[in-house]
Amino acid sequence: MVQYNFKKITVVPPGKDFIDIILSRTQRQTPTVVHKGYAISRIRQFYMRKVRYSQQNFYEKLSTIIDEFPRLDDVHPFYGDLLHVLYNKDHYKLALGQINTARNIIAKISKDYLRLLKYGDSLYRCKCLKVAALGRMCTVIKRISPSLAYLEQIRQHMARLPSIDPNTRTLLICGYPNVGKSSFMNKITRADVDVQPYAFTTKSLFVGHADYKYLRYQVIDTPGILDRPFEDRNIIEMCSITALAHLRAAVLFFLDISGSCGYSIVQQAALFHSIKSLFMNKPLVIVCNKTDLQPLEKLSEEDMKLVMEMKAEAMKTIAQGGEPNEEGVLLTMSTLTEDGVIAVKNAACERLLDQRVEIKMKSKKINDCLNRFHVAMPKPRDNKERLPCIPQAVLEARANAAAAKEKKKLERKLEKDLENENGGAGVYSASLKKHYMLADDEWKEDILPEILDGHNVADFLDPDILQRCEELEREEGLRLEEEAAQEAFQIDGHELTEEQREILGQIRKKKAMLIQEHRMKKRTAESRPVVPRKFDKDRKFTTDRMGRQLSSMGFDPSAAVDRARSKSRGRKRERSLSRAGNDGDDMDIDGQQSNKKLRVSSRSRSRSKSRPPEEVVPGEGFRDSDQKKKAVKKAKDSVKKRNKEARRGEADRVIPTLKPKHLFSGKRSIGKTSRR
Amino acid sequence: MRLEKCWFCSSTVYPGHGIQFVRNDAKVFRFCRSKCHKNFKMKRNPRKVKWTKAYRSLHGKDMTQDSTFEFERKRNRPERYDRNVTEQTLKAIPLITKIRHERQKKHITNRLADVL
Repeated sequence: MVQYNFKKITVVPPGKDFIDIILSRTQRQTPTVVHKGYAISRIRQFYMRKVRYSQQNFYEKLSTIIDEFPRLDDVHPFYGDLLHVLYNKDHYKLALGQINTARNIIAKISKDYLRLLKYGDSLYRCKCLKVAALGRMCTVIKRISPSLAYLEQIRQHMARLPSIDPNTRTLLICGYPNVGKSSFMNKITRADVDVQPYAFTTKSLFVGHADYKYLRYQVIDTPGILDRPFEDRNIIEMCSITALAHLRAAVLFFLDISGSCGYSIVQQAALFHSIKSLFMNKPLVIVCNKTDLQPLEKLSEEDMKLVMEMKAEAMKTIAQGGEPNEEGVLLTMSTLTEDGVIAVKNAACERLLDQRVEIKMKSKKINDCLNRFHVAMPKPRDNKERLPCIPQAVLEARANAAAAKEKKKLERKLEKDLENENGGAGVYSASLKKHYMLADDEWKEDILPEILDGHNVADFLDPDILQRCEELEREEGLRLEEEAAQEAFQIDGHELTEEQREILGQIRKKKAMLIQEHRMKKRTAESRPVVPRKFDKDRKFTTDRMGRQLSSMGFDPSAAVDRARSKSRGRKRERSLSRAGNDGDDMDIDGQQSNKKLRVSSRSRSRSKSRPPEEVVPGEGFRDSDQKKKAVKKAKDSVKKRNKEARRGEADRVIPTLKPKHLFSGKRSIGKTSRR
Repeated sequence: MRLEKCWFCSSTVYPGHGIQFVRNDAKVFRFCRSKCHKNFKMKRNPRKVKWTKAYRSLHGKDMTQDSTFEFERKRNRPERYDRNVTEQTLKAIPLITKIRHERQKKHITNRLADVL
């Protein structure tokens, strides 16, 4: 079944936009740079390419428009007529024709200008030719812009047309305005058609789908038709007439027997008779609606006569060969009370199905598949009737089971009922602990703590935990006793023996010596002449060696050695020597001096320089040692700040770069700005 | 509701704290805080990170083997509720923990004493 889908037509752009699209595309997709120094053939090629490209694009776009819009002669006559009714066939064809001519004109323009471009002799001339070509093409489009606008409007409207399949099973609902066609439609299908008290609420065709006997039926709701001569009909009515004329469907003619639509039965009958020619070959059902306001039996005689006339007409449309089924022709219903609605639908569907099956049977196609159908029945051996045999017991059991089930349902009280009794879903919460199986039923409502002091209670649960606890406590008791015994032993050991004390003393001495040696080592090389290590890797330049060499040469080395040794002095040692009394907190180093220290502590020269800092020398100008101390302290304080800033002296006023640019700016290859 | 142990530092993870990471082989790693989580992501071995329980146990800083640890064992089968047992358990837990703490303190004291 071909689906008539007019939603897939591409948008038709308005004239100006069309031009813009094509020109901008030309500019983007073709080379843009050309200089007058290029070879002339290259220049010509450049501009010819632009003209050709524009023409091709115009051609393509206009062709798509022409191809996508449906040709009214090629589609199903229903759609052809419908489109004619809505949009006027001639106008439509004219618009498409204009597009076509525009396409051809553009092709011709391009051909002419390409021919001229072949003989362009300068860049300027070629450029003017190209400009002229494109300009003419654009004027053509500008001229057809009203057609483009019209086609765009048509496209938008067509996209919204209901997708009616003209070949499938269809029910068509027609009648005067306001008789109840749309309400009926709403009842049998899922379509949501507007239902209002004023006439012409439905202004176009609406499609819904209904099911009957596992088949899908299209139900088409039409706008109401008034009784007018054919020529006077407006577009809306023409829609319904078109549908009636072209669709092979079952027609449901609606009759409002209560007259509440505003039209009498006489008028409705008149309408019926004027359009009955359209009901040729279609199963017709006459539906009397609004029986809740006026039942059919209570109609007046004239009205009844008219209705019967209509019925007679309808009988004529019953398919030949089908039974003259009186009930399927005239039906009553009320959409308000939903009384008889389904019956109407079924009757109409049944009639339509019969007709379609008959037609199919008559056509040639059925013969191909007819021989494929075969229902096998066992051949009866004799005239005896054999019914299925069900044992009595089984029948009884079935009956009992059904009864028992019912009884059980009534007896047991469900949780749901309990919930409903106690206030409903949000109020009552079922007690889940009701059915717990515990050793003692009193424990059911107990609250069990799961966590205690950072431990999971479940991990400790043990039926014999008491016993084990007792064991543990016994163990603990034993352990504590042992500990106490141990402690008692340990306290005696704190007193030292003579031997241990001696050893302790030795340890301490050794430690003190190590410290002193370390301090000696920390003297700077400035205070004594030292052969730098790179020249004395093997420690060859020692005074011992000098002494040996001198003696080997025949001199007495002792004076030289003393002098060499005296030049080096140890500060700490001589200070303590030069002071009158050794303070008590000097270290207890009795007589055990390393050779290094002896050399270091030579006194010959050191005495002259070993002056306590607060001793007032007569030439310095201090009153007393206090003043000197203060002065010395002040001098040191002033130097401290400069030393901290690593300045060489008062005159050192160098300002280094505090924020070098290369460390504070630039992108980070790794890391973040807060920590470069 | 269960208190879990942090995979990295072995401290307890209370409900509402920490992060749980499930690996593709369905092994679950629980962390008590982002410090442990980040250390894990850095692929650090808790046995080499000084402040974790794993390190301390491995290097003998903390007591590892003791009968008090036998009381707390994860059981995989749920036990049927018995009020008496639960009562006894709840009373026993503080005693056991007290004894455990005492023993741990003693262990550390002994260790430090040996060094001196």
